[in-house]
Amino acid sequence: MAIVPAWNESGAIGKVVDEITGFDPAIDVVVIDDCSTDDTAEVAESRGATVLRLPFNVGIGGAVQTGFRYALEEGYDVAVRLDGDGQHAASEITKILGPVDAGDADLVIGSRFVDPDGTYRPPFARRIGIGVFARLVSILGGQRVTDTTSGFVALDRAGIELFAREFPHDYPEVEATLVALRSGLRVTQVQVDMRERTTGSSSITFVRSLYYIIKVMLALLVASLRRYPRLESARQ
Amino acid sequence: MTPVRVSIVGAIASLLLILVVLELVRGRRLKERYALLWLATGVVLLVLSIWRDGLNTIAGWAGVTSYPPAVLFAVATLFILLVLLHYSTVISKLTDENVDLAQRIALLEERVSRLAADEPRNPSAAASRIDQIRRN
Repeated sequence: MAIVPAWNESGAIGKVVDEITGFDPAIDVVVIDDCSTDDTAEVAESRGATVLRLPFNVGIGGAVQTGFRYALEEGYDVAVRLDGDGQHAASEITKILGPVDAGDADLVIGSRFVDPDGTYRPPFARRIGIGVFARLVSILGGQRVTDTTSGFVALDRAGIELFAREFPHDYPEVEATLVALRSGLRVTQVQVDMRERTTGSSSITFVRSLYYIIKVMLALLVASLRRYPRLESARQ
Repeated sequence: MTPVRVSIVGAIASLLLILVVLELVRGRRLKERYALLWLATGVVLLVLSIWRDGLNTIAGWAGVTSYPPAVLFAVATLFILLVLLHYSTVISKLTDENVDLAQRIALLEERVSRLAADEPRNPSAAASRIDQIRRN
């Protein structure tokens, strides 16, 4: 199944759903509508997606977690998460599903920076931020990761169970990666390309970025002090 | 030494606080568990206002020699901070529970609409509606 959080993405969501089902019709697409004011939910539904409608805006993390809870309750063994703005290409799903299908990983992160020749060149400030978070998570989690802000991930049952229970509510990706590592999930990363968004704007504006950095830093600090029950890997 | 007036005003103010809190609890506008910290605040301030020697002694420990009632303010401030911190934890818990409920609703709503689509319309309800329309 594919988990697609969307908030006011009526311009992009139709194409995102079409692209996933076009890539593999067997994938159930679940769009989580985070109380959009436009017709995101209707558009997604008309393209054949299952739509989970949140009664009020809970933020990206809470929306994504709704998808994990759905996956858990409906008994899906594998889930991929893509953003509703179309920056993650469905054709890249094969890459991030690979290690999960092979049983080698519980969580696969689609990273833009595994391959130093990758095409993605973020603005300087953002590159520094992404690098610092990646370094921090690598140190605290005990495993090298290169792109902790990526929302393009694949999970097996163990990953779904963890994130259905434990997922940060705002700006979740960085902290979630650390939680996964500290819970003993087998985390791998694969190189993916991401597109520039076509409509809408990033949820991270200049003003919010300061809050973002401080909040994530605090979350990482607290998460590394907290104890997480070690999960048995799905294969065992 | 604490001026007598300060003690009297302090005692009246803390008594008022206690009475207002009790009245709010009585009228069910404040839950007991959230009233406890406020009552503790009132009682401690009342004791420190009436027990003048005690206030002077504590002021001496704290190194406040010139004006013992300053300790009264300090204690009051400390308790207000405690209450606020307590409320922050309450708000955090409510936020989590709120999100949890929102997610639950989204999941249930999807399930209900799926079940409703599968389920055939209730035939007897439909029949009674037709009867009603005929009668009109």
